[in-house]
Amino acid sequence: MKPAELAIRIGDHFPDAFLAREEVTVLVGRDELIDVLLRLRDQPDLSFGFLSSVTATDHPGKDPRFWVVYELRSVAHAHRLRVKVGLPDDDPHVPSVTPLFPTADWHERETWDLFGIVFDGHPDLDRILLPDDWEGHPLRKDEELGGVGTQYHGAFIPPVDERTMP
Amino acid sequence: MATGQEMGAARDELQGVPRQIRDRVTGEVRRETMIINMGPQHPSTHGVLRLLLELDGETVIRCKPIVGYLHTGIEKNTEYRTWVQGVAYVTRADYLSPFFNELAYCLAVERLLGIEAPPRAQVLRVLLCELNRIASHLVWVATGGMELGAVSVMLYGFRERELILDIFEAVTGLRMNHSYIRPGGVIMDLPPGGTQMIAKFLDTMPARIDDYERLLNKNPIWVERNVGVGKLSAEDALALGVTGPILRSAGVPIDLRKDEPYSGYETYDFDVPVRTEADAYARYVIRIAEMRESLKIVEQALERLTEPGPVMVEDPKVGWPVKLSVGPDGIGNDEGYLRHIMEESMEALIHHFKMVTQGVRVPEGEVYQAVESPRGELGMYVVSANEHRPYRVHIRDPSFANLQAVPTMVEGGLIADAVAVIASLDPVLGGVDR
Amino acid sequence: MPVERFEGHFTGRTPEEVEDEVKKGVMLTTLDRAVSWARKQSMWPATFGLACCAIEMMSAGAGRYDLSRWGMELFRASPRQADLMIVAGRVSQKMAPVLRRVYDQMVEPKWVVSMGVCASAGGMFTNYAIVQGVDTIVPVDIYVPGCPPKPEMLMFGILKLHEKVRTTGTIR
Repeated sequence: MKPAELAIRIGDHFPDAFLAREEVTVLVGRDELIDVLLRLRDQPDLSFGFLSSVTATDHPGKDPRFWVVYELRSVAHAHRLRVKVGLPDDDPHVPSVTPLFPTADWHERETWDLFGIVFDGHPDLDRILLPDDWEGHPLRKDEELGGVGTQYHGAFIPPVDERTMP
Repeated sequence: MATGQEMGAARDELQGVPRQIRDRVTGEVRRETMIINMGPQHPSTHGVLRLLLELDGETVIRCKPIVGYLHTGIEKNTEYRTWVQGVAYVTRADYLSPFFNELAYCLAVERLLGIEAPPRAQVLRVLLCELNRIASHLVWVATGGMELGAVSVMLYGFRERELILDIFEAVTGLRMNHSYIRPGGVIMDLPPGGTQMIAKFLDTMPARIDDYERLLNKNPIWVERNVGVGKLSAEDALALGVTGPILRSAGVPIDLRKDEPYSGYETYDFDVPVRTEADAYARYVIRIAEMRESLKIVEQALERLTEPGPVMVEDPKVGWPVKLSVGPDGIGNDEGYLRHIMEESMEALIHHFKMVTQGVRVPEGEVYQAVESPRGELGMYVVSANEHRPYRVHIRDPSFANLQAVPTMVEGGLIADAVAVIASLDPVLGGVDR
Repeated sequence: MPVERFEGHFTGRTPEEVEDEVKKGVMLTTLDRAVSWARKQSMWPATFGLACCAIEMMSAGAGRYDLSRWGMELFRASPRQADLMIVAGRVSQKMAPVLRRVYDQMVEPKWVVSMGVCASAGGMFTNYAIVQGVDTIVPVDIYVPGCPPKPEMLMFGILKLHEKVRTTGTIR
């Protein structure tokens, strides 16, 4: 299905769907996430049975602060869909989709590791990319980039996130 | 001396029976298992992959892959750099297929900008990506062969790869991690003599691929170690998010170059090899066949490069301001342009300064762009907040999802097969950990 | 005192170095030189390829840029059997203890070549995840810059290391 047609078809079932840059995005609340994904998977004209990736973006100061993004693809029809779930700052919990898509296992672990978003019902929510005793969630916007400054011939260049000049 | 069949039967028998020991104190009979650690520094794990294996004799009962030993923070770094500098970061994620990382990122940025690269740039992108695919498969066959004991394949694979890296060096200036594909096109055109160099490569390569097939296809050790090893059915593969040659070895003909074409792939004539046995040998056959198909695409792309044209988009707010070409010292330069900005025009100097230090400002939005890399679906999820730098870049790496299939494929088999399985998966830990 | 020269071999020593050697005595200097020559002549690297630089290291060991000209094509997987650790690639915080452990498991005499800018100084990744230079963890003898360094650059670094080993006296 072409994106425009898909947008109309999705829009019939889900009110918060929009089409931008040839991609269809659906916004859902976290309580209805599993139902929505099941419906998207089981409806024969949609059949979104392949989960490409689970990730998140952080918008501090806005509400919702975190958006968890699921990229779905249909094997039968070769079209894509994005499902986004908004999470507040003080309660970053979202149900895990590993019962539906086993591939979400490591993707959700990575999102927990880098953002601190807790996936309820995940079989083994541990750090995956960072050492087990690491503190903090680096990809949040309020965490620093880290790194050291460079000193060379009397000039000092601070680490990347402290530089004023580009 | 036992025949191969008898040995095979004895092995089958042993696999079913766990070794039993009687506890000397309590007298109960229990199974003895051993937990060993493979990696992260290991000659056969294709990079810094760590496998925790629970073994019963030689049979693997449980396997847990542990990754993260190469986590580089690429995604966080891109949020502090301009859009063009992001190319230099992203290209080092999956370091065996740098052009694919760059291509996915630049296609995503171009979609956010709402522009398209000029036709010649698209042809150059396809040409270099397909050469990169051949180079990546050569490293796979070289290291995979070496891990299974076929050490001479290592030397042959790297010998052919050097031919391709010569082409890369002539075109982009670098052998690896090129930063050649930029948002808006590519940074340089082919050098004089470039097409002849690629044509000469196209003449020599098919015979070399025949050599690989003659060396490995019917080699009894290669066949014995790969046939029937690491089976992964189509449903398991799709549930685990596996893409690329592993999925195609299970009979699922998904190739993003055909299903969701980008960069003009729908105009090229090539096949997608698919097998049904779903074992390591099928993946080997598919990768060798993919090398041949890539040669076909390179030939077609070369024919389209006869007409000159721009390689970077002309929009002054987007395109790189200078038309570089690789000089005799191997550094990209443009003498006339330097004279223009330094001596002739102040506006050009200011514009050049702004474009190089700040770069393009990309309108707000988010885009997910997927390309077919040698390992599967390589996706970039790029979010922009109308600034000179990305807001979020997430790399959906194929090896990250493919490695989740390792426990399914390894458990129940011999530990030596674990090496063959990981070799057939072709993971690149740079992409897994980013 | 006559200075020893091998036939057709440029010794390249300064008069001060000759003076030093004379003080040590002729017997020990010959043994010293012989041992240093033997050590550099077939130095076995340990496999510590991490990222992109590892591929260039493999290319250096392969057919075109042949490390086996200096007896180094044998990359030993076991650190006990290796003399040289070429840290090829970016060292993440999770990998740093492993690096130190492998270095500790190597037997004296051992040398370290830091290949690439990521191993030498953190490279382009000045961030939370990468150790900003492996010389914060292990003592480094030779730094080879590049991203990644061409195999010829790595060979130049290794030859400099050979020179260092050959001219460093170890027997007192």
